[in-house]
Amino acid sequence: MATTATPETLPAHEDAHDLHSHADHKPPFFQRWFMSTNHKDIGTLYLIFAIFAGVIGGAISGIMRAELAAPGIQYLGWWTTFLGGDGANFDETLHLWNVLISAHGLIMVFFMVMPAVIGGFGNWFVPIMIGAPDMAFPRMNNISFWLTFVAFCSLMISAFVPGGTGNGAGTGWTVYAPLSTSGSPGPSVDFAIFALHLAGASSIMGAINFITTIFNMRAPGMTLHKMPLFVWSVLVTAFLLLLALPVLAAAITMLLTDRNFGTTFFDPAGGGDPILYQHLFWFFGHPEVYIMILPGFGIISQIISTFSRKPVFGYLGMAYAMVAIGVVGFIVWAHHMYTVGLSVNEKMYFTAATMVIAVPTGIKIFSWIATMWGGSLEFKSPMWWALGFIFLFTVGGVTGVVLANGGIDDNLHDTYYVVAHFHYVLSLGAVTALFAGWWYWFPKMFGKMHSEFLSKLQFIVFFVGVNTLFFPMHFLGMQGMPRRYPDYATAYELWNWVATKGYEIMAVSIVIFFINVFYSLIAGKKAAPNYWGEGATTLEWTLSSPPPFHQFETLPVIDDKAGAH
Amino acid sequence: MAGAKNHDYHILPADPWPLITSVSAFVMTSGLALFMHDYAFGTYLLIAGFLGVIISMFSWFGNIIKEAHAGDHTPVVQLHQRYGMILFIASEVMFFVGWFWAFFDFSLFPSALSEVVDGQWPPKAIEAVMNPWDLPLLNTMILLCSGTTVTWAHHSLIHGDRDGLKKGLWATVILGVLFSALQAFEYMHAPFPFGENTYGSAFYMATGFHGFHVIVGTIMLIVCLVRAYKGHFTPKQHFGFEAAAWYWHFVDVVWLFLFVAIYIWGGGDAPYHSA
Repeated sequence: MATTATPETLPAHEDAHDLHSHADHKPPFFQRWFMSTNHKDIGTLYLIFAIFAGVIGGAISGIMRAELAAPGIQYLGWWTTFLGGDGANFDETLHLWNVLISAHGLIMVFFMVMPAVIGGFGNWFVPIMIGAPDMAFPRMNNISFWLTFVAFCSLMISAFVPGGTGNGAGTGWTVYAPLSTSGSPGPSVDFAIFALHLAGASSIMGAINFITTIFNMRAPGMTLHKMPLFVWSVLVTAFLLLLALPVLAAAITMLLTDRNFGTTFFDPAGGGDPILYQHLFWFFGHPEVYIMILPGFGIISQIISTFSRKPVFGYLGMAYAMVAIGVVGFIVWAHHMYTVGLSVNEKMYFTAATMVIAVPTGIKIFSWIATMWGGSLEFKSPMWWALGFIFLFTVGGVTGVVLANGGIDDNLHDTYYVVAHFHYVLSLGAVTALFAGWWYWFPKMFGKMHSEFLSKLQFIVFFVGVNTLFFPMHFLGMQGMPRRYPDYATAYELWNWVATKGYEIMAVSIVIFFINVFYSLIAGKKAAPNYWGEGATTLEWTLSSPPPFHQFETLPVIDDKAGAH
Repeated sequence: MAGAKNHDYHILPADPWPLITSVSAFVMTSGLALFMHDYAFGTYLLIAGFLGVIISMFSWFGNIIKEAHAGDHTPVVQLHQRYGMILFIASEVMFFVGWFWAFFDFSLFPSALSEVVDGQWPPKAIEAVMNPWDLPLLNTMILLCSGTTVTWAHHSLIHGDRDGLKKGLWATVILGVLFSALQAFEYMHAPFPFGENTYGSAFYMATGFHGFHVIVGTIMLIVCLVRAYKGHFTPKQHFGFEAAAWYWHFVDVVWLFLFVAIYIWGGGDAPYHSA
């Protein structure tokens, strides 16, 4: 990538910076962490929050996998007692299942992946990679974080107040009407809707902040076409957030007024249409899936380039492939709705448009491979994660091409094949990219070297676990097992049992993750400014690890010649 | 060099308002959720949260004005603010896209399943619609007129005519308040109720959210007017005013779309009702 700053152009004080110098003056604890205006501290807050939310969301999927390990209802009744149920009411038990799948989806999408990739890594590294001292709007950056936090609180409250046939919002993460309107009379769904409003406001402000920062605060010489691909990925993501989330806000506001004030947007008796909600939701929802994966693409590009000791192959193609994915991502939404009664012409259009996305995505996959071709490869742990990402995301990508076909989707819609597909691109794609980025930048962010052995061990266990967990779901889906049910025919027993074993293996990898984090923070060796060596050329490697509280008090100048790619 | 800032960006000290605003917003939404389900204390939470948000905005934006006067808003920081406002308006446009989407879905494909709609637009249950050439036309003229008065204020400001600035802003604020008053009058005398069918839903929610934005824009202009009396704004630096003017024009354009789509075209062949 084209972002090398030569040593001559670097401000002297950035080299081997003393952590406790005057420039590094940090505010006291409460001010620093609760009133922060520092992009790195806010990024750290986001990462801690995302890990916390991820543990909750992951634990919920653990309850779900335990329940699904065998046919019949095993543990659900017992779990209803935690939400104020009596454990014997069967409707309440089934409602709990809906609450669990909804909470798992909402938490993982809005409170784990998005805060981690955009709020966490985006906040930490976008300003540094473009040579800026901070974000454009530091206070707005902080309110973005705290709104995410209170949105999560609102979602948590929703689990403990009346929803449908029991406590909690059992609507699925898509909050489809009429289950979310006449199907859920209690205040629970209102709390969940407000959680989305608050999280949406947070993300819109974050998007404005990132776009302004990237357009206005690039260091001298850092042209758009020299920006690291991670910055490009966050820029495209921010535009998707800015333009998609307000449509969701309108849609869930319609839900709110339908529920409470007598409008009939989604009520057929008054001429409304539940399908309208699906259109509005997926007009947001489809860009949303790119919002989750694009920053991952950016992270993988940085890592592949670093450990191949080569600039990314086809840099401009990679950047504009992301732009293309972002643009086309807005005009494919109804492929989530093939079975609602779309006309054949609509299905043909959405099938064709959806398949077009495979072209820029293919450009990315092949360019990563071409980057490695002839490179001086070094298999440090982030590279393992990045290679894992390329494989796992490709599996999810090709099942996406299968599902893009309106005709095939008639059979596969709402089966476990779809569950397998989106978990391959998200929990095996986006989350693998998250771990890749985490171990790539962990020493940079916290100043302590992690254990390469434990990171690689975590990767192996994770890789085996998630594939054992999700690959059988393709079989279950093709055999016709519907998603979102706590029980199933005995014919599906074997692969469900295998999937639950996969979850257990995956859970071990998360334990290894935490061991590595705590081991590194306590006993890790002090990290050098550039611990990955000459392949790591972006600006964060010119700073100490961790970087000074305020970096680039004299802006770096990007050398034109070093920037040629 | 340590600690010396050699760039024009605005590095801010720690600030309590983001946290206070977030918590207030959370109290407000929680209060609203409880209020809608008739929990008595919901109302108190709603009011407390709303006040918290208002106080936060007052203090936060007040701090920004103080920083502007302290010279923190260098040219590049002013550019940030311009980008920020344009992007915020872009997101607002997409918010209205959602409401127009619902309106066009209902009006182009009126439901044949619903007895109250019966495959017609306006729905069968709608006996009369607002006469677009009555109050709505007057309101259109008022908003367009206010667009020119705010430009009058802007050009006066640029040319150092403080008196013209105040007069232009006064005229804009009065026109804005007049618009809101006429909308309220129109709602009170409308021949169809809120909700109940797709017409009453799309009409009131789309025009209602527009009306809410008019009120917000009017408040922004009132703040500008107060600041004008306090001697704020220079011919070279007055982004607070420009942001309010941009927002006002955005609200104006949304109204034109509402007027053409919902009032004129959306009325179809239904009989007119004059307020």
